[in-house]
Amino acid sequence: MNKMSNSNNLLEIRDLVVKFKTEEGIVNAVNGVNYSVPEGCSIGVVGESGCGKTVSAYSITRLLPKNATFSGQILYKERNGKVTDTLALPAEGKEIRRLRGRDISMIFQEPMSSLSPVHTINNQLSEAMILFQNMSKQEARERSIELLDLVGIPNPSRRVDEYPFQFSGGMRQRVMIAMALARNPRLLIADEPTTALDVTLQAQVLKLIQNMQNEFNLSMILITHDLGVVAHMVDYIYIMYLGRVVERGKVVDIFDNPLHPYTKGLLNSIPKLKGKRGERVSSIPGTVPSTYVVPVGCGFAARCPYAKEQCFKELPDRVLVEDEHEVSCFLFNGGEVKEDAANA
Amino acid sequence: MLQMPNDVILQVKGLKKYFPIESGFLRRQVTGYVKAVDDISFSIKKGTTLGLVGESGCGKTTAARSILRAIEPTAGEVLFRTRDGVVDVTKLDKHGLKQARADMQMVFQDPYSSLNPRMPVLDIVAEPLRAHGYSRKECEERVAELLELVGLRPEYSRRFPHSFSGGQRQRIGVARALALNPSFIVADEAVSALDVSVQAQVMNLLLDLQEQLGLSYLFIGHDLSVVRYLCDQVAVMYLGKIVELADVDSLYTYPKHPYTSVLLSAVPDADPHTEWKAKSIKGEISDSMKQSKGCMFAPRCEFASKLCWEEIPELKDIDTGEEGVTHQVACHHATELSLEGVG
Repeated sequence: MNKMSNSNNLLEIRDLVVKFKTEEGIVNAVNGVNYSVPEGCSIGVVGESGCGKTVSAYSITRLLPKNATFSGQILYKERNGKVTDTLALPAEGKEIRRLRGRDISMIFQEPMSSLSPVHTINNQLSEAMILFQNMSKQEARERSIELLDLVGIPNPSRRVDEYPFQFSGGMRQRVMIAMALARNPRLLIADEPTTALDVTLQAQVLKLIQNMQNEFNLSMILITHDLGVVAHMVDYIYIMYLGRVVERGKVVDIFDNPLHPYTKGLLNSIPKLKGKRGERVSSIPGTVPSTYVVPVGCGFAARCPYAKEQCFKELPDRVLVEDEHEVSCFLFNGGEVKEDAANA
Repeated sequence: MLQMPNDVILQVKGLKKYFPIESGFLRRQVTGYVKAVDDISFSIKKGTTLGLVGESGCGKTTAARSILRAIEPTAGEVLFRTRDGVVDVTKLDKHGLKQARADMQMVFQDPYSSLNPRMPVLDIVAEPLRAHGYSRKECEERVAELLELVGLRPEYSRRFPHSFSGGQRQRIGVARALALNPSFIVADEAVSALDVSVQAQVMNLLLDLQEQLGLSYLFIGHDLSVVRYLCDQVAVMYLGKIVELADVDSLYTYPKHPYTSVLLSAVPDADPHTEWKAKSIKGEISDSMKQSKGCMFAPRCEFASKLCWEEIPELKDIDTGEEGVTHQVACHHATELSLEGVG
């Protein structure tokens, strides 16, 4: 029988490993990831391209291509309290489809390619409601109009019969949000929901997601590379690097007291709106290593200014440094901050 | 002989680029125009950077391409100081353009599609050199020099683009742009496709090269944080027009156009202790496109008055109270409004 480590958790990912077989070799996308989403809370999964943030979240609903192999557990607490391991469910089976249709909604990065160009907005919004909520076509249509109104689309009763190409980029992302909300989900996975949008639209769409989250008491996983966005949108942050979580903590702790050298480097390399002309932003030397090789030891060692011999050989354990603030780094040992870390 | 103040490298006057909207049988009828760039003017001083910012569709890339004459501008003058004197880029013949382009080069946004995957780095970087008649040996020497300049090992010159990361590819793109020793570079969203930690590396490279080589840049960007570090002056575009143009600190601290202020407020600061105000903006860009007279921003502006709907505001100098600081804005109410900026 599966059990959550904390009864407040809606979702727990345990030791998730995902690999892709390709012609060039095996891509090690996720190399042992753990994270949990407490009910009604939102977490931000942050990292640079190729760090495995998207793959780890897509594993939850099993939206993985056929060449993927995986191990680990993804525990999800259903409405009736039963805990299901979604990784153990058959990929095309009824159960996982029910979870995708009713419980776990996703918002994708590119609103144009994630909407069907040949179906009306009404068709696409109604689909899940007709399938999973036993609504009639007429009821589903009325609910669709309500939802469009809710996400701020003017003239919803007319626009519901239009096609995605008749909507602008920001409007399409609103439709995606409406669609995600259509089935009264409990968990929302938003994968870079505003990366393709202009900055004024980004602000509008994020505020909308925030309002919806509060209104429906949704739990959320926000996947992004933008630390500015997570600073204002989530309760907890997970920092990923090369397929592993290197640090997790409350938003304020991550920003005020970053522990892992990678987190520090990442925070320092963000250009600021209050910056100064000509000033140099500090950058992390080197580049992200290839994902074709599973890193022995800490994945960040090759770019880390504090790397020791041990870092290249062994994998650092997760260490709880303060309340709900965990780091995987040899600078921290058994909860104690080592001397070199204090200077770091 | 064309004249320009001595410290100016590029002067754009009344630049326009209209794309015809064609319809009918075989698209023979022109039913209207998309005014992608609509009468913009600015100048760039030697050794400085002008940032051209705005949201997608505002015409910033079209403006840059028209300046380099990668596309033919509809009207306007582009005065440019080459090593042989001042020319009007829009009036050059084929030969003249080739000569002028040795002095004006471009770095592109996407380091994946802007490098030919079938060419080794040596050939990519040497292409402009060959076009200008350098010998094979000269090319190899120059490429080795250039790779070192942008922080790559010269041994890499035999490798193909696929063996490099995004940041390294962008360095190759910069090396290619520098091959002929240009004095002016257009960087079109040159750091936008890169991850933050690598983005900072390329930003610093651009700054270092400017100091070393005295380059002038036209930097096209949408990320206002990046622009603040790289630019001396910033021009904000909205639907083909420059709505505000000022020295960088003056623009960020005291924005005078309501659109600039909205843009600045929309950027989420990477600090959970600050409140993210994100002023909302009415409607969509399509509302502005319908605007046939008056200020383009009026349909979305919270301060719009009757005047704004009727008369197009001109880009005018305003008094900044500080000597040597220039600030231009195209807004009827610029002097009455006190808009919020960032520190």
